[in-house]
Amino acid sequence: MKLIFETGVPGRRGSSLPAVAADSRCGIAADLMRSQAAELPEVSELDAVRHFTALARMNYSVDGGFYPLGSCTMKYNPKFHEKLAALSGFAELHPLLPQLRHGGALTQGALEVIFETQRLLSELTGFSEFTMQPMAGAHGELTGVMIIAAYHRHRGDSARRVMLIPDAAHGTNPASASMAGFEIKEVATDADGNVDLDDLASKLGPDVAGFMLTCPNTLGLFDPHVEKIVEMVHAAGALAYCDGANFNAIMGRVRPGDVGFDVMHLNLHKSFSTPHGGGGPGSGPVGVREDLRMFLPVSRVMKRSDGTYALSYQGDESIGYVAPFYGNFGVIVKAYAYLLTLGRDGVTRVGENAVINANYVLAKLRDAYPPKYPRHCMHECVLSAAGMAAAHGVHALDVSKALIDRGIHPPTMYFPMIVPEALMVEPTETESKDTLDEFIAAMLDIAKQAETSPESLHAAPVTAPVGRLDETAAARKPELKF
Amino acid sequence: MPYVSNTDAERAEMFSAIGVDNMNELWKAAGVTTPPPELDRFPAGKSEFEVTRFITDLSNRNRYGLVSFLGMGYYDHMIPAAVDAIVSQYDFATAYTPYQAEASQGTLQAIFEYQSMICRLTGMDVSNASMYDGGTALFEAVMMAVRVTGRRRAVVSGAGPAIFRRMLRGYCRNLDVELVEVDPSLCGSRPEALLEAAGDSSACVVVQYPNVFGTLENWSDFNAVLAGRKVLSICSAYPTALALARTPGEMGFDIVTGEGQCLGIPLSFGGPYLGFMAVREKLMRKMPGRLVGRAKDASGRDGFVLTIQSREQHIRRQKATSNICSNENLCALRALVYLSCIGKQGFVDVARRAADNAVRLREALLAIPGVEPVTLGSFFNEFVVKLPVDASEVIGRLIDRGFAAGFPLGRYYDGRDNQLLVAVTEKRTVGEIKRFAAEMEEVLK
Repeated sequence: MKLIFETGVPGRRGSSLPAVAADSRCGIAADLMRSQAAELPEVSELDAVRHFTALARMNYSVDGGFYPLGSCTMKYNPKFHEKLAALSGFAELHPLLPQLRHGGALTQGALEVIFETQRLLSELTGFSEFTMQPMAGAHGELTGVMIIAAYHRHRGDSARRVMLIPDAAHGTNPASASMAGFEIKEVATDADGNVDLDDLASKLGPDVAGFMLTCPNTLGLFDPHVEKIVEMVHAAGALAYCDGANFNAIMGRVRPGDVGFDVMHLNLHKSFSTPHGGGGPGSGPVGVREDLRMFLPVSRVMKRSDGTYALSYQGDESIGYVAPFYGNFGVIVKAYAYLLTLGRDGVTRVGENAVINANYVLAKLRDAYPPKYPRHCMHECVLSAAGMAAAHGVHALDVSKALIDRGIHPPTMYFPMIVPEALMVEPTETESKDTLDEFIAAMLDIAKQAETSPESLHAAPVTAPVGRLDETAAARKPELKF
Repeated sequence: MPYVSNTDAERAEMFSAIGVDNMNELWKAAGVTTPPPELDRFPAGKSEFEVTRFITDLSNRNRYGLVSFLGMGYYDHMIPAAVDAIVSQYDFATAYTPYQAEASQGTLQAIFEYQSMICRLTGMDVSNASMYDGGTALFEAVMMAVRVTGRRRAVVSGAGPAIFRRMLRGYCRNLDVELVEVDPSLCGSRPEALLEAAGDSSACVVVQYPNVFGTLENWSDFNAVLAGRKVLSICSAYPTALALARTPGEMGFDIVTGEGQCLGIPLSFGGPYLGFMAVREKLMRKMPGRLVGRAKDASGRDGFVLTIQSREQHIRRQKATSNICSNENLCALRALVYLSCIGKQGFVDVARRAADNAVRLREALLAIPGVEPVTLGSFFNEFVVKLPVDASEVIGRLIDRGFAAGFPLGRYYDGRDNQLLVAVTEKRTVGEIKRFAAEMEEVLK
């Protein structure tokens, strides 16, 4: 398809704009003027609408079909959330208003949204206070480990330079800890898919600042020793960080704060139903236990005794600013609406049905795609095409591309890295049994095709706008702009 | 139950397939044995209608109808309705990161076009697919400079972004990076002092364009000196100004970042916004964030893929160039669609209208007895004036009259309590400017 730059003709105008005065002036001196106008598209508004609508049609999306991308929680995004975030009283609100004199009174509704979302998330997770500032999950991780660093600094303990992270963790964990200045050490996974307790014990020591654990873990499994793990970490003087990427599984059922975790982040764009937008914007709020509140980033949203809301910039121990303002507010509004709609019964049903759906898929596909860790899963199941690869040369990649031809978005593939030929399926609670049955049938059909005509799967997909693209050539001689 | 599809009958069928009798057994089988929490402080669920009414009421408790002259990096620009209509299409909004290229060509081509657009705007070679905001983009730029040069000192102009500088301080606190801030002059940077602070052993120098006082400064000669010392030059730029002003690329910057909110993204009380980053080609493989490149399939068809991924966290883990995973993709799409709808001449016209308004507004304010200029030299749509009294107080009084008068610089700069930073966009009319100046004169009497 043509690029927007290859569309239109010189001189064609787009959206209607107010006129520029004939005698208009400009405060920029000649030597600082641009030598020629930026080469932006010259298209009509209709050209633009057609171009981008055609692009949209080349995408898969949750609204378009089943999207069981593991660890991404591609649940349905209720439509009325979008209307609420776009209300003029929110969308047209300048973030600096509350910093003006008496400005807090100008934004009471917005501050209440933030404060109440913080409160509901605290209730749901068992933490004392949340900050809504982090703008994505990885940004939440960075904020969380900066809080851990601040905690040890506050105690005058400068020896704790190491962050322990399981080998099955998302890549963001080690990358985030590294950006906060920590050295990373990996902790092994045991034969059952849990944290290897001996390995953890051998690595804990006076140099360890914390342990980052995804709960449930990245294999979609709930570690039955999680309380013991947290105890071991605390006994060594370190803090326990909970990566909440998989919180959907335990929503309403387990509160990580009750388990003993000290810090955690959530992903509003996963568990709390805000749309992913093709890769963002997200929101990664961070919760902490009572005595870590002083390290939270500024500003903090507070509720006064008279019921009004205010921003506080106080706190010598705070890690400072991680965002320019109060986080991705437009995303927070949507998550707040979601929490209010679900209520206490609804949040419990989210976790339950997410777990039922994943176990149902696992039960139906465990023979065709035997999992490395054959036990009941949480909200997602990690299947494997390892047997198929050995017997027929059909890999997780081939299975994924074959699903595209069957109108289904592929699962996450080749992650976690400790599972060969991994296919990580996360159905989410919003999908129905009918949809799961269609997916299961497609997966079984592909397994059969792998036996009968394996080579045909190497050609998939054939129904997409393009076939498999040569990524190696693209990376060798990158063409990154037009 | 909203947003859960399975009926009780279906659940029963599924339990049977799983081999358990009920939910409690399933929790136990999955290893969850702790007692369920009491959620008694969590409210009962409400209907869509009730939640809509409640949250709409909250939105009406915000004062959003003010005639705005408030900017400081975040501006009240026009947004054509077509931008909302296009970006809210569900195939864009409810897709994930384009990991499966064949199922994500729409998002991937849009990112490629966005990258091209940022390069054209900034005059740079390579743009990534977006960062969270202008502040985090600037921090990532500084860290890239540290990695590339192997040096640990970053020099930042005090005329640089006030809020971003605070973010830099927080982020660098745990890192072995020395952040040196050089005090500004009355309305600008002090290039000699920046060069002296940088010496020949710094990783980078960071400036803002236009600077926090609204002044546009020519950095060409400065950057040439830095290049000779192998110190990287970093510019945090305001994209709308680049419709008219000399590009950072033309002035020889190595890395350009900035806040893209002005490109079709609503103010929305602080986010979601758009951080952008563009670099010289030689820095391409050191960049943080996603990159989309053109590729071919087996039958020779053109398509787009995520590329040079060996820089990223899902492959390199702690050795990655950044931890960024989710970025601000839909906001990048907004910027692309905005610039496409507004177009080549429209973007220039938007900027000319804003610039013209700024000249008028400045004249009108300086005609008020006791108001003095602070910003001298070139400016685009924002400038500083000195009031005879405390700026915060004046702003407070003008809010009562329906105006967001600007930002009091005293909040971020000592000794500038009477200085007011005023911004104006293409949205303001000559009538609004006149009324504002008249009300200001009243308030100052």
